[in-house]
Amino acid sequence: MNTLIIISVLPIVLLYLGLYKAQKALLPVTIIGMLIALGAAVMQWSDNAQPIYHGMMLFNNFSIAFSVVSIVSTILILMLSKGYFEKISSHIAEYYAIILFSLAGIVVMVSYHNLTMLFVGIEIMSVSLYILAGIRKNDFASNESALKYFLMGAFSTGFLLFGITLIYGASGSFDLDGIRDYVLAHPRNIDPIFYTGVLLIIVGLCFKVGAAPFHFWTPDVYEGAPSLITAYMSTVVKAAGFAAFLRLFSASFGSIATFWSPVLMVITIITLFIGNITALYQQSFKRMLAFSSISHAGYLMFAIVALGAASANSVFVYATAYSIASIIAFGALVLVRQQTGSDNVEGFNGLARKNPFLAFVLTVSMLSLAGIPLTAGFVGKFYMFSGALLQYKYIMVIVAVVNAIISIFYYFRVIIAMYFRSADRSEVVVPAYYKFVLGFSALVTIAIGVYPALISSLI
Amino acid sequence: MTVSILIFLPIVAALLTLLFKNEMAKHAAMFFAVVELAIALYFLSGFVPDASLQYSIDAPWIPQFGVYFKAGIDGISMVMVLLTTALVPLIILTTYEHQYKNANAFYALILFMQAGLLTVFTAFDGFLFYVGWEAALIPIYFICALWGGENRIRITIKFFIYTFAGSLFMLIGIIYLYLQTPGKDYDLQHFYNLSLDASHQSWVFLAFFLAFAIKMPLFPFHTWQPDTYTEAPTAGTMLLSGIMLKMGIYGVIRWLIPNAPLGYLTWQNVALALAIIGIVYASLIAFKQIDGKRLVAYSSIAHVGLIAAGIFAWNLYGIQGAMIQMVSHGINVVGMFFIWDIISRRLGTRDISKLGGIAKVAPQFSIAFLIIVLGTVALPLTNGFVGEFLLLRGVFAWGIYTTAIAGTTIILGAVYMLRMYKNVMQGELNELTATFTDIKGSEKLALGIICALIIVIGVYPQPLLHISEAAVTNLIDTVNHKFITTKF
Repeated sequence: MNTLIIISVLPIVLLYLGLYKAQKALLPVTIIGMLIALGAAVMQWSDNAQPIYHGMMLFNNFSIAFSVVSIVSTILILMLSKGYFEKISSHIAEYYAIILFSLAGIVVMVSYHNLTMLFVGIEIMSVSLYILAGIRKNDFASNESALKYFLMGAFSTGFLLFGITLIYGASGSFDLDGIRDYVLAHPRNIDPIFYTGVLLIIVGLCFKVGAAPFHFWTPDVYEGAPSLITAYMSTVVKAAGFAAFLRLFSASFGSIATFWSPVLMVITIITLFIGNITALYQQSFKRMLAFSSISHAGYLMFAIVALGAASANSVFVYATAYSIASIIAFGALVLVRQQTGSDNVEGFNGLARKNPFLAFVLTVSMLSLAGIPLTAGFVGKFYMFSGALLQYKYIMVIVAVVNAIISIFYYFRVIIAMYFRSADRSEVVVPAYYKFVLGFSALVTIAIGVYPALISSLI
Repeated sequence: MTVSILIFLPIVAALLTLLFKNEMAKHAAMFFAVVELAIALYFLSGFVPDASLQYSIDAPWIPQFGVYFKAGIDGISMVMVLLTTALVPLIILTTYEHQYKNANAFYALILFMQAGLLTVFTAFDGFLFYVGWEAALIPIYFICALWGGENRIRITIKFFIYTFAGSLFMLIGIIYLYLQTPGKDYDLQHFYNLSLDASHQSWVFLAFFLAFAIKMPLFPFHTWQPDTYTEAPTAGTMLLSGIMLKMGIYGVIRWLIPNAPLGYLTWQNVALALAIIGIVYASLIAFKQIDGKRLVAYSSIAHVGLIAAGIFAWNLYGIQGAMIQMVSHGINVVGMFFIWDIISRRLGTRDISKLGGIAKVAPQFSIAFLIIVLGTVALPLTNGFVGEFLLLRGVFAWGIYTTAIAGTTIILGAVYMLRMYKNVMQGELNELTATFTDIKGSEKLALGIICALIIVIGVYPQPLLHISEAAVTNLIDTVNHKFITTKF
């Protein structure tokens, strides 16, 4: 639990540093603080964690694993942001502080043991994100993004809260174990209010993770927000959303899966098709990533639809693979955009000739997102397919395969642009810390792909 | 020594090759490919041609998911390993006259691909097999798309998506079989031990069949092939046709029919019909081609169709014929593409109608060309004859009419191949062909090796047949045993 405390105190320290104009100290302090938080999380690794704070939180291995992924991804994104936020505004301390506040919300989201804490966690995270999306105060798209995100987010929070209330009304408890006990104790006569509550929670959470048909905010918000904030939203936030989703459904609603799994199945299939087919038609790389993130939400949903003992592991592996690959993609986008001034895929034409390293890591990222073997993305998809087949969800797997094939078109478009098309361009300058982050991420992607046992048995 | 050295050496070699520049990269790649061949020959020298698995390795990879790094060499794999390790240095040799841009990347990709191919041919674990299957695809995609012809971008992505689509369905088949095993693992032997009911086997068959049919390619899944072969750089075409398509044939022998014998019973007529339609269809189209490389591409579909027909007949003659014909076809098709590479590099065209009379100015070249043509049209005492004879003998068990139609490949093949030879090599010299210079140096060496192999295998195929015989017999027995014991 020290992790949460450290991550909550750190932004306050940062705000003071900002107040005293210690701009140079911001990034080192943030990263050191987060590494300490990381260490604190890993120290708590144990197989018999108990709920703490009167059953409000349960910091078990599941929570630790997702906290670690979130913290590491955030560190990587913050390292990419060196020199990036300075260009946007002069109050840089705000950025670091707000990102860390939202990270605190995420840690709560992955370790709640009580629906009120779920709500509090989601709100801490979301409110920070509303600000981050609109942080380029004079930019029209950024403002639009923030407003859209806020309205939609507030709306979906309403659904979530309403669902929680109904479930409390039926079961008399906010506690995950309490709700589970209620479901088990009433095998035949669960209150209809309870089912309504489950549906409303599904709606609320699907909004948060950007699953269709509740995805309409994603492309505009992702496109309008600064690229690194988008990276943060589409990786860390999405992974945490699914962790929260999975925890609730496996801990409390597992025994009524026959009720909600058809609903989620339909959502999954729609999400896959909408994400992939729309991504096909995008000219902007950033928007393509936004739609592809919708389709990845669909794949992640597999683990919840085909709920089983291995689900937590599948989501963990998939989310890790997806986050790391996306960080590379957004990092490369930031660099190329600085040079060409546009988000278009054409901006990547001929990149391989001048920047072989950048082209190579981005290729690894695209292959991983497409799910090609020997990359982490394949391992994630492999677990998802295995889990679904184990539950005899054949149609879903076929749909997923068709979508995996569609996704090849748009991921390979980037590879084709970089390697096979030529353009007059000068070398993109890749700062040393970018080299580190991108190289590290590519290495992790390949390492997990070659030897999945590294992370696949953690939870 | 285990087979892992064969799999990992090319990867290390590829990384080392990346460090060299242009000419040196070529020599480095050649060196590593020859070392790899030497290791394969060393394995052959100690190989006992019975049905057992030799030089095997069985190490945990993702043990909690039942994935093991299980690979080894039996008679069938030995032939494939020899084919791969022998053709790769030969293919590198044929590139010696080329100056590729970024040569180090080019040769590194060839070596990476070799690692994937050898994984496929030696894997005895479903997961490993799939990983090797895809790992061979990525390098060849880049080889074709980076060094290919004008339309390469559009055509290679079609190729990639086609083959990737097929293999994903195979992945579902593999995972499905895995979930049925009692101990939840991917061991091929445990897959063989399963007794699923007929309808499930039918689906498993289709899932695997799609992947293999696209890879070979069988009619009607062949539409990616002529374009890709034509647009790819010659070395890429050789890798695709000489080795990579054998992944599909090998897959049918090892992974398709033994895993789903009842599915095979259900679909055998369809599969055999597709194979035979492909033979006639591709031969007729080859007849009309004026681009030499494209003609060879279509002739390859016809030859592969006959190999597939022999396997789907599923008897000792058919499969042994397929084994030796895989080797022969690999050698002949590499030779044929090299011939066209030499012509197009010297004269700047592959248009048959613009050529003629080359035999007058290049006698050595014309002899090599003739031997390769004769090998391809299966003249007795060439390698093509042994394979096609056995294959037709295998198909004969199926019915005399089927065999008669399948046998047209020999007649039609002779027609279009000899006609091609006549139009290119004989007749009058024209302005263009008068400038043709005879082969020399590395070209002479490569063609010499190819011609020698064509004749040696044609005259004395017994040693090669002997390597795989016991393993093939054992596999047929396994499947026959499953026919008897499985409930319908």
